[in-house]
Parts: sequence; structure tokens; C-alpha cells
Amino acid sequence: MNPATTLQSAPARTAPAATEAVLTVAHVSKAFGSNQVLRDFSLSLNQGENLVVLGKSGSGKSVLIKCIIGLLPVDAGRITVLGQDVASLDHAALDQLRAKVGFLFQSNALYDSMTVRENLLFPLRRHWLTHRAGEENELVGGALEDVGLAHTADMMPAELSGGMRKRIALARTLILRPQIILYDEPTTGLDPVTAREIDQLILQVQQKYNTSALIISHDMNCVRLTANRVALLVEGRCYAEGSYAELEQRDDPAIHEFFA
Amino acid sequence: MLAETGAMTHFAGRFFREGFRPRYEVQELLRQCYIIGYQSLPLVGITGFIMGIVLTLQSRPTMAQFGAEAWIPTMVGLTIIREMGPIITALIFAGKIGSSIGAELGSMRVTEQIDAMEVSGTNPFKYLVVTRVLATTLMLPILTLLADAVALFAAYVGINLKGVTSMALFTNSILQRLTFGDVVPAVIKTFFFGFVIGLIGCYKGYHSDKGTEGVGQAANSAVVVSSLVIFIIDLLAVQITGALGLN
Repeated sequence: MNPATTLQSAPARTAPAATEAVLTVAHVSKAFGSNQVLRDFSLSLNQGENLVVLGKSGSGKSVLIKCIIGLLPVDAGRITVLGQDVASLDHAALDQLRAKVGFLFQSNALYDSMTVRENLLFPLRRHWLTHRAGEENELVGGALEDVGLAHTADMMPAELSGGMRKRIALARTLILRPQIILYDEPTTGLDPVTAREIDQLILQVQQKYNTSALIISHDMNCVRLTANRVALLVEGRCYAEGSYAELEQRDDPAIHEFFA
Repeated sequence: MLAETGAMTHFAGRFFREGFRPRYEVQELLRQCYIIGYQSLPLVGITGFIMGIVLTLQSRPTMAQFGAEAWIPTMVGLTIIREMGPIITALIFAGKIGSSIGAELGSMRVTEQIDAMEVSGTNPFKYLVVTRVLATTLMLPILTLLADAVALFAAYVGINLKGVTSMALFTNSILQRLTFGDVVPAVIKTFFFGFVIGLIGCYKGYHSDKGTEGVGQAANSAVVVSSLVIFIIDLLAVQITGALGLN
């Protein structure tokens, strides 16, 4: 049976029981010159939850997660990750926080000049989490096993397909055992079958490691399959929030545009 | 252009601020020295050889007209050491290394690899820029000395294509006329050439945008701008050595 068909027929997921927030975005605004991207945007991510931020291309979804990880400063508002105010952290403290927050880039951002193994070891060593050689091999092997690509350790990123690169990028994120994972359009540019495999991986990671995830997407299949909760980003604001099923049934043209 | 110059000066300031603060990226610096220095050896060697032999063959007829063939080793030697060696090596280096740094960093910028480094507990400016600028600054003088040596050997070969001169006589002819003022300023200016090639390549790549088009532009403008700056530095170096009485 085609796995994509199976997954497409899977029901939308519901939100788990509300627990403590591991990430909060409070009244955040961000502009680039005269282009106001985020306007008084707020949301919170709960422990163990997959929250999808849904929005059109260019609506500021990627800007939002770059603000969360401290790659872009916010103009106003406050972002708290694992109890720490991101804007108030110095470089060292921000690096420590980033070791607990994985980031899967839209373009995968694998280092072209390094092998898959070196790509995986890079964050481990840079975060001063250096382990003995045997332990490192075990961690690399484990992370590659998690994404089903144990045989690729000595390959170069250029030798891998788009889907394999995405998995390796996810393995690089997992090697630090993050508490929160930020996914930036994880299925963009992938064929439908590979995209569903990535969706499955996102769910497996959530179940196996009890991670919380903020997923940026405009792929409705990805949203339906992975989201416990969906936040709709429209004109820089959090326009609506709820489970996939709840939003799908709302009688609002702006929401319906996404679910039609 | 003024804004670009200001931004580049700011970038250079950041290099000095961040370059001398820990954490030092020694391993990456050594890797870059290997890539930038060792892997440029064949190109620089071949260029040096051609430079030496062409300069000798081109100058022989004119020198012969004045009955000054015995001065060819001195003239060619001084020309290579003072000017041709440093400037030709720097231009070749700008073409090979400047463009490669611009393209590499530009590509890393548009594919978010620089952002990925930052979230991996790494200061990308230190890891990518400081190491490359230091490597070009340190490697170009060494490559220039090597190019000079190869060019002088080629000049010896060139002289012997249409006559007979011993290696001892050739060497003595050069060394007798060679002074401190010929060698030291020529070597010093190559540090500046190396610095600007690395700095401009890194600046163009690090601030690349507009996707793949921006990568091409970064590589291209890294070569064009650094070549222009090399000539400006050379002009300044001649003025300064002249003012110091070293010309």
C-alpha cells in the first residue's frame, strides 16, 4: 500500500492536554524598513505539542522562527524560550539555549564541504558537548538510525537526494537531543511521497523524544498530519488558533482560504 | 560607492575586534592555509615561470641594442622582486582565491549555512571570515616569494636559451644590486595585498543576497574590487617607499 495514501486518509490530530508553555511569543513586532512583517504577534507552544504556524508565502513565518532562535532581533515584544528571555541573553547564554532548541532549515543548510558524519558532529563539538570518539560514533549512528539513513555517514551532501538531505538535516538537529524543534517548511520542494515520510518522521520524533515542535508550513497535508494545534499567521498577526478540525469548520473566508 | 566603502571599513573593524578575542579557530585557520596556500602552489609556480621567461626574452632585444646584455639578470631580477612578482601573484591570487571565497561564502549565505553555524554555537564571522582573511594575509607573501624564486629560475633559463651564463654569475649579478629597500617593502606590501583579497572576498560573500545571482555577483565583484585595490595599494607603496628614500 502506498504510504502517502495511508497518511492522507489519516484523521487530523487533536491537541494534547494543555501543559506548561516551553515557548512564548508575546506581542512581537518586526519590520524590515517600511515592510511591517510581524504586528503584535503572540502565541505559545506547550510541552510535547506540535504547533503549526500556517501562512502564505512571504507572510513572515520564517522571520518568526528566526526571531525565536535569536537570529533576528525583534523590534518590540518578548520571546521566552524554556523560561529565558531571548533578547536579554548574551552570546554564551544564547549558545547554551540554542543547544536545547533544534532548527531544521528550509534549505537544510548542510555544510557542503563536510561529510554527513562531520555535519552531525559539528553542532556537538561546537556546543562543547565533545564526547569520546566511540561515544561520538554512537551518537552519529543513533541519529542516522532515527532517520533511516545509517549507511550515509561517509557520504557528501551533494551525493544525497533532496529527501535524504532533509533527513540528514533532521538527524543533525536530533543529535543534540533538543527539547524544542523549530521546523522551517520541512516539506517544501519535496515530492508528495517523500513529504509524507518527513511528516511521519516529525511525528516519530515527537513520540520518541517527547519534543515540542513549532512547524512553519503552508503544506496543508503536513499541517493536517503533524499539528496538534494550528496558528494562522495573516498580515503579521495571529489571526486564528485551534486544532485543524476546529479551524477547518470555521465559517471565516480568511481561514477557509487555507482549508478549501 | 561611499556607502560600500564605509560598510567594508566597518567589516574590517569587526575583523580586528573579533579576530583577537577567544575562541580562536586554529584548526580552521590551518585548514584554510592549506587550501589557500598549498593548493595555489601549482598556479603561482606556473605563472612565475612564464613571467620570468617572458620578461627575459622580451627585454633581451632592447638590452642588446644598447650592448647591455650583461645587465639582463640585474634588470629582470629587480623587476621581478620589486614589482612584477608581488603584483602578478596578487592578481592571480585574487582571481583564484578572492572569487572562490566570494562564491563559497555567498553560497553558504543563500543556503542558510551561515545561520546554521550560528545556531550550532559557532560565531560564523570568526569561523569563516577571520580564518580566511588571516590565511590569505599569511599565505600571499609566501606564495610571492615562491613565485619570485621560480621566476628568477625561469629568467636564468631564458638567458641561457640565447647565450651562456652560469648560475653563479646570474645570482651574483642580481645579489650585487639587490638592497634592503628592494626586498622588504615588496614583501610588506604583499601582506596588505593578501589582507584586502581575503577581506573583500569575505565581505562580498558574507553580504551576498538575491540567491544564485547574488553568488555570481559576489565572486565577480570580489575579483574586480580586490584587483583595483591591489593597484591602489601598490601606488601608495611606491609613494611611501619613495618618501622614505627606499626607491
